[in-house]
Amino acid sequence: MSAFTTFFQSDFVFRFKRDKVAVISLIVVVVLVLSALFAPLIAPTNPYDLTTIDIMDSEIPPIWTEEGEDRFLLGTDPQGRDMLSTILYGMRISLTIGFFAVLLQAFLGVSIGLLSGYIGGRVDAFFMRLADIQLSLSTLMVAIIALAVFQAGFGAELYSDLAIIMLVLVIGIAEWPQYARTVRASVLAEKHKEYVDAARVIGMSRRRIMVRHILPNTLSPILVISTIQVANAIISEAALSFLGLGMPVNKPSLGSLISSGFEFIFSGSWWITVIPSIVLVALILSINLLGDWLRDVLNPKLYKD
Amino acid sequence: MDYFYFAVRRLLQALLVMFVISLIGFSIQDNLGDPLRELVGQSVSEAQRQELRDRMGLNDPFLVQYGRFLAKAVQGDLGQSYFFKKPALEVIAAKFPATLELVIGATLIIITFAVPLGVFCAIRPKSWFSKFVMGFSIVGISVPVFLTAIFSIYLFSVELGWMPSFGRGETRNILGWQSGFFTVDGLVHLILPSISLASIMMPLFIRLIRSEMMEILQMDYIRFAWAKGLYSKRVWFLHAFKNTLLPVITVGGVQVGTMLAYTILTESVFQWPGMGFLFLEAVNRVDTPLIIAYIIVVGLIFVVTNTVVDLVYTWVNPTVKLVGQKS
Repeated sequence: MSAFTTFFQSDFVFRFKRDKVAVISLIVVVVLVLSALFAPLIAPTNPYDLTTIDIMDSEIPPIWTEEGEDRFLLGTDPQGRDMLSTILYGMRISLTIGFFAVLLQAFLGVSIGLLSGYIGGRVDAFFMRLADIQLSLSTLMVAIIALAVFQAGFGAELYSDLAIIMLVLVIGIAEWPQYARTVRASVLAEKHKEYVDAARVIGMSRRRIMVRHILPNTLSPILVISTIQVANAIISEAALSFLGLGMPVNKPSLGSLISSGFEFIFSGSWWITVIPSIVLVALILSINLLGDWLRDVLNPKLYKD
Repeated sequence: MDYFYFAVRRLLQALLVMFVISLIGFSIQDNLGDPLRELVGQSVSEAQRQELRDRMGLNDPFLVQYGRFLAKAVQGDLGQSYFFKKPALEVIAAKFPATLELVIGATLIIITFAVPLGVFCAIRPKSWFSKFVMGFSIVGISVPVFLTAIFSIYLFSVELGWMPSFGRGETRNILGWQSGFFTVDGLVHLILPSISLASIMMPLFIRLIRSEMMEILQMDYIRFAWAKGLYSKRVWFLHAFKNTLLPVITVGGVQVGTMLAYTILTESVFQWPGMGFLFLEAVNRVDTPLIIAYIIVVGLIFVVTNTVVDLVYTWVNPTVKLVGQKS
């Protein structure tokens, strides 16, 4: 029997199929991620290509309203960009930042957690104090201040080129303690088990024991955290972009799109804000619901309703 | 005695964090813009500039300059705001009450709703209402605070016209506190921003209270209380609820910091004239002293609340294991 069929006959998949909320969330996430991934193929226009944009097309409402035009399914923004294309490209940016920021968090957090838990002693004490301190300062606050200072220092021009990298770095570095603490706790529970002793006795290196033997046994909490963290990273990115500290208007993420539409809400152009907001909330909500479901399934210690 | 050591360690840690924050603040000052350019125009010659730099101590070694910065900072002198031409700390102090009002308003809303809802969800986990509340709370977590703010403005200010959409309204000075709490107009202006700010923290507290209380309801002493035949109200509200409060208050204290970050978002949507809005303006104007002063003030608030919460929690709760204590 292949690994594939084993997986599809597992308890995990069985419980997944029975949970309607989880199935719907997964479908929403997959559809959104795929459409973001293939945005250049799906999107009717390229919002970064200035030659296709006509300022005369600005603020056209969506197609189902009276003044809507066939060319623009979801209407246009104040600069005359097609909303559908801009949202698809924006979601691409939001998801990219969310994914890479979490990758960075996981890399830092898992490495530190493994070292801290396995080596113990002063290394452990140092990193855990550091984690305490970092968790006591709110992530969003740290991110806002760090990006604000960079922006003031670099100037807005240069900053807008570096925005993606800065966002990934800031959100990535700010949240490593979440991973480090969980991984450390799992390592402490694992490291006195017989299989680790056995590996040590045959003379394996510390590195190999940590990465190949202990790490695979800490994967389920890592998976649960990662899901929630992607949602958090996307929210943080949106919040930072909303404040003007993230993606610039000419290369908007969902947050900066919402931000740029905000001033037009008073004049009745609701779709510039509302449609990206719906996409953003749908994305985050589905990821959170999946994360909740994973936590219920993978962690039997939690309460059952 | 153990507690004494713990307290000393904790205070030292707080000092260390403040030291690092001040160091960061200072290096920002060192790298962001040229103080000289803010003072004199383009017309001053290079030789004169050098002389001025010497006289102002801008050519001194880093540590000497940092020492001077620190000595001034502990006396409450964080430099002059370039834009307001006033001491930076004074500018922030003037905006502080507005942010405090927002935080108090949101906290009141959270307490009024989160406590009963969380307790209800813990007592009757299977009721449809509990499921509804839990489902709603995950939606609440998923909606960013600026969206709540934007849509409450859209609905209540633009469409219905019931509430003002921006600003703080009329304020009145009572006992030296210039506040919107004392006027009807001020209170009306406070409603939407407080609700938005509360909306993001509320789900977290409902879930926290629920899970803490459910854990406590399974403890032996609660079973004993049931076995004694006590009224359910007495068991729930006297025996269980009291012990739920301790961890909730701890988390609440720590969340004050997070709340400050969200005030920046809320204030920016509602153009609320508080510290967060001031900070964003300062960033746009590259008003370095004001940026640094904000970082230090916010850092201080974080460090003080965390330290106080830790100290009180350890003191009140004897079961907690002290850091570094031998088991």
